[in-house]
Amino acid sequence: MTDILNAFVLFANFVFVPGLAYGAQLALGALGITLIYAVLRFSNFAHGDTMAFGAMCVILITWGMQAMGISAGPLPTALLALPFGILGAVALCLVFDRTVYRFYREQRAVPVVFVIASVGVMFMTNGLTRLIIGPDDQRFADGERFIITARDFKEMTGLAEGLAFRTTQAITIVVAVIVVIALFRFLNHSRMGKAMRAYSDNEDLALLSGINPDRVVLYTWIIAGALATIAGTLYGLDKSFKPFTYFQLLLPIFASAIVGGIGNPVGAIAGGFIIAFSEVTVTYAYKKFVSYFGWETDGLLQLLSTDYKFAVSFVILVLVLLIRPTGLFRGKVI
Amino acid sequence: MKRLLLATAASALVGTMAFADGHAVKVGVILGFTGPIESLTPNMAASAELAMTEVSESGLFLDGKVIEPVRADSTCIDAAAATAAAERLISSDGVVAIMGADCSGVTTAVANNVAVPNGVVMVSPSATSPALTSIDDNDLFFRTAPSDARQGEVLAATLIDNGIEEVAVTYTNNDYGKGLSDSFISNFEANGGTVTINTAHEDGKGDYSAEVGALAAAGGEVLVVLGYADQGGVGVIQSALDSGAFDTFALGDGMYADSLLETLGSGLNGTMGTVPWSQGEGADAFDQVVAAAGVDGSTSFTRESYDAAALIALAMQAGGEATKEAVAANLLDVANAPGEPILPGELAKALEILANGGDVDYVGATNVELIGPGEAAGTYREYVVKDGEYETVRFR
Repeated sequence: MTDILNAFVLFANFVFVPGLAYGAQLALGALGITLIYAVLRFSNFAHGDTMAFGAMCVILITWGMQAMGISAGPLPTALLALPFGILGAVALCLVFDRTVYRFYREQRAVPVVFVIASVGVMFMTNGLTRLIIGPDDQRFADGERFIITARDFKEMTGLAEGLAFRTTQAITIVVAVIVVIALFRFLNHSRMGKAMRAYSDNEDLALLSGINPDRVVLYTWIIAGALATIAGTLYGLDKSFKPFTYFQLLLPIFASAIVGGIGNPVGAIAGGFIIAFSEVTVTYAYKKFVSYFGWETDGLLQLLSTDYKFAVSFVILVLVLLIRPTGLFRGKVI
Repeated sequence: MKRLLLATAASALVGTMAFADGHAVKVGVILGFTGPIESLTPNMAASAELAMTEVSESGLFLDGKVIEPVRADSTCIDAAAATAAAERLISSDGVVAIMGADCSGVTTAVANNVAVPNGVVMVSPSATSPALTSIDDNDLFFRTAPSDARQGEVLAATLIDNGIEEVAVTYTNNDYGKGLSDSFISNFEANGGTVTINTAHEDGKGDYSAEVGALAAAGGEVLVVLGYADQGGVGVIQSALDSGAFDTFALGDGMYADSLLETLGSGLNGTMGTVPWSQGEGADAFDQVVAAAGVDGSTSFTRESYDAAALIALAMQAGGEATKEAVAANLLDVANAPGEPILPGELAKALEILANGGDVDYVGATNVELIGPGEAAGTYREYVVKDGEYETVRFR
């Protein structure tokens, strides 16, 4: 019995808990992508760097708060700074919408033009972030680091395996749940949310029924900017903030959105967790796990070396596009 | 006619430019001022430049010439950028020798693509890959840092002596990490140890929990991390500590940095490692020289940098001219016996002996003895982390 418990604690410590937190971060990122795709009808490549920019705003404000002695007790100060960071990222999104995307909207440009424009915006945001905060690792997490450490867990339960649960992992999961609930309530029940969905379904009909397209676009950017900042900050808190890692996150985020069905918010969340768990489970070595079931082996029982972590999301992306281009939850066809 | 005039004017201009600074000899200092080891390089460059200043201020160098260091950024990881920077040093700045580069990958690239084709000597203070021993260098590549073939041996011996028999190994995915891990593993296994897993980690990622998960599954008493203190190495250790996968670590020289202690704090207690170091007269003399100049010489590879720069200057003095040929021809002679032993701070004495036709044996801060194709034999400091401080166990 203890063996089985040990096996599950081991699995939870190295696969389930990290996968859950990573999945929540991907899901929040994928929601932003999917929203832009649904309403504005293009794949926003700048989203990863918007996350970096938003997280950077949060970090700068966090530092300011720390200097003034404001803290959130056991929670990271960054949570207090989050609303201000969101303002920064939203402002950036709106500036780029005014200066870049609006021009192409008025031209009624085809989606691929928007995509390429967003690549340009990505490089500009990228450069802006590096100019302001630099390309290096920044640490801004404070407060209690652990809810329970591996060592305490071992002592408490008497098991051979420890289970570490970091505060940032808990915050990530809790915040993601709150944000998702709020977003769905907004989309399904508020007047603006319904207008956005109508605009997404059929632009011309929506315009005929008196929906103001400028306001729809405005709200979309506000929500996308907020989601990006929250996702970016949670990722930075849980792992570390480095502008380049956000650029790398773009692939798993897009994979999440597409696997779930791009343009479909439920799909984005499911996709985030699917991608996260496949990355972690495929690259985990099960040697120790199976040894608790009495199966001793010399091999590592690892399907893929961890070097191929990003390849996993890429393979899933390709498979989904080949077999079911609409994604699992019937999004739009890219 | 017009063209002739133009050509004359142009050549006159080039001529004056060359003569204007006639008494300055340029030596390139190419180190990774940005990139994975950017926290180490400022002190390395300062130490090298300290040796150059010492030579210049003596007034004895080639009848009163001075050495002018020209810095360039090797980036440590980007071979194309490093090659371009070295190209600039040689073709545009006209350096007679290069002190550098630092990381093994870029050093190989610079040596093969720029230094060797141009006949310019490179003395690297920190490139430690075993592969550099056998590059086709026309006797132009030297290093004051020992090869990792030796460090692998020392690190393996350290672990065996501490009674550790089973380890997991992770290395940074480049020439340095690969070379060091190969050498460590072959030595460790030859001495009866077992390596449960040997896996690479990429630098610059946000999350290493998957890597640590695989390492933990394979198990082992100690996790051997052969990476960089500013990069993936610290991420791997942090993640291993967080998940309770490993409590004790063994570190290669790239992981020796005060920043590591600051970031990880008490979690590192009990960690052991090796770093090229030196003791004795030379090291003491070096400490005095850097202290007097206000340079921080306590970080990795500062001694090797000082020695590399000093060797270049002494080789020119021995050849009697500030040319790349003089450096290439005389570097091994001034580095090794026979001759008067020279310590840091005694460069003026060495210059005088050489000017009078004598012979010197540069000992320097690291007991320089260039063996084989021109690389240091090397002594290593074995350390252990106690109460968040590095503590020397012994020298090997």
